[in-house]
Amino acid sequence: MLSIDVAHRIGDFSLDCRFDSDARVTGLFGPSGAGKSTLLRIMAGLIRPERGRVELAGRCVFDSARNIHVPAHRRRIGYVFQQARLFTHLNVRHNLRYGAWFARDKPDAERFDQVVDMLDIGPLLGRRVAGLSGGEQQRIAIGRALLSNPAMLLLDEPLASLDAARKQEVLPYVERLSVETQLPIVFVSHQLDELLRLANRQVVAVRDGRVAYCGATAEFLARPELLGADQARDAGALLRVRVREHQQADGLSELDCGGQSLFVPRVDQAPGSAVTVHVRARDVMLARERPQGISALNILSGTIESLVADGDYAVNVLIGVGDQRLEARVTRRSAEHLELAVGQPIHSVIKSLALAEQAWERLGGL
Amino acid sequence: MLNPAQAEVLSLSLWVASTAVLFSLLPALAAAWFLARSRWRGKMLVDALVHLPLVLPPVVTGYLLLVGLGRNSLVGGWLADTFGLVFAFQWTGAALAGAIMGFPLLVRPIRLSLEAIDTRVEAAAATLGASPAWVALTVTVPLVLPGLIAGMVLAFARALGEFGATITFASNIPGETRTLPIAIYTFIQVPGGENQALQLILISIAVSLSALLVSELIARRVKRLQAPL
Repeated sequence: MLSIDVAHRIGDFSLDCRFDSDARVTGLFGPSGAGKSTLLRIMAGLIRPERGRVELAGRCVFDSARNIHVPAHRRRIGYVFQQARLFTHLNVRHNLRYGAWFARDKPDAERFDQVVDMLDIGPLLGRRVAGLSGGEQQRIAIGRALLSNPAMLLLDEPLASLDAARKQEVLPYVERLSVETQLPIVFVSHQLDELLRLANRQVVAVRDGRVAYCGATAEFLARPELLGADQARDAGALLRVRVREHQQADGLSELDCGGQSLFVPRVDQAPGSAVTVHVRARDVMLARERPQGISALNILSGTIESLVADGDYAVNVLIGVGDQRLEARVTRRSAEHLELAVGQPIHSVIKSLALAEQAWERLGGL
Repeated sequence: MLNPAQAEVLSLSLWVASTAVLFSLLPALAAAWFLARSRWRGKMLVDALVHLPLVLPPVVTGYLLLVGLGRNSLVGGWLADTFGLVFAFQWTGAALAGAIMGFPLLVRPIRLSLEAIDTRVEAAAATLGASPAWVALTVTVPLVLPGLIAGMVLAFARALGEFGATITFASNIPGETRTLPIAIYTFIQVPGGENQALQLILISIAVSLSALLVSELIARRVKRLQAPL
């Protein structure tokens, strides 16, 4: 769906990136200044790179060798920027309709209402842009991009300019966007939790203008060196599980992890639906014997697959649980004390509360 | 209220000034666009050229026009032969002189509004499918409108009051090039004409004030329609 191989230079910053992605939602991850936005602008045609090739949704839009450069307005890209960038001289309705004016297949009234409903912006239609909150503006920007009838969506940290409360307001809409539209999406973020929630299948990590990693999100998460110092604490595993049932009595949801039970604070998905759970390595405790009289609700039995020393005092332990992998980070002292070895059966203990807000609908068929 | 002679002077002045502003509108937009957006280093030269009428003595501008566009000059002769367009000693000459003198005043506010526009909004319009021409028409020009109106009023007032370049280039021909300031000057030169001059002066003040008022009203209207963030 997406094939990029470009080189570009802006002042002292040089970008040289190459990656392919077949996932419907591709996460573009990296610290600020890594070149994520530049890559996105190149995809949208707002920057013409010095050299390379860009293929979006199966269509070649740039190829320096063949002298192809499709201008931005013919690329059919729905671009949602960090700031909403709405047209202040138009009201909300006309902002939303702006793209339809130029689209070849104009979205009909039904589609318009559908997008307006999805984003809950019906009451704002007659309003001027100036009086709206940041969250409302960003929702309108998303609607405006959708209604230009794009072949692909580029979301450039659409939540970055919002404060925490506004972020929580907009996040569900962005989430719905990736579930309800069938468009390929590139989602840019420097926040791991956002990325895991919205692009939990394929991730491209960018660092200093180069691609540091391109592949499955689950594997990416197991490599703290790629996450950067501030997010390495979140390194761990992604478990692919199903919702077994919701337990009304105490507000927990029971998930099925290869036959074993995993209890997490209630998730919104219906029983039977596929869910991804992010388990941080530092939240996993190990025990040789099945522990008794312990408050933690989750004890998964599995087998140690590998032990890797990490720094002076820590060991990363990879554990096979059914067909899934779990990662635990324990001290070297504990590992020696328990005489951990590859092939050994082991019990992984995880507090349910450590998994709060860490279970999400699985996107794009993980 | 007005006697026929005053009415003639007033309507000629309004006509000449309006023509001057209308015809300089597109070139001024182009010049402002170039000055605001171009990264060419020779830009300063163009900037200086645009502002020249503001600093040159108007008589010099008028004389240069006469030399450059007179019937016997190269360009003037060509214009007259090809398009039948004659400037010297015609009302068209008065309009041209007014346009040139008002040009810097028209360009400046447009340029300032252009520079205030967030070009990222224009980029957003491009990603929504608008070609550069459509972006200019549907985003840039509407956002520049307040500056455009301010510039038009300034240029109109300047063209209305234009004297030096006009009298040098187009002379003082009743009904053809005798605009308000030239008529006032003429009456002051004639013994006993002070009364007539005073009446024209009052008319002149009334016209200028109403132009300012109208522009203020339009500007408020536009501001209400597009309150910036």
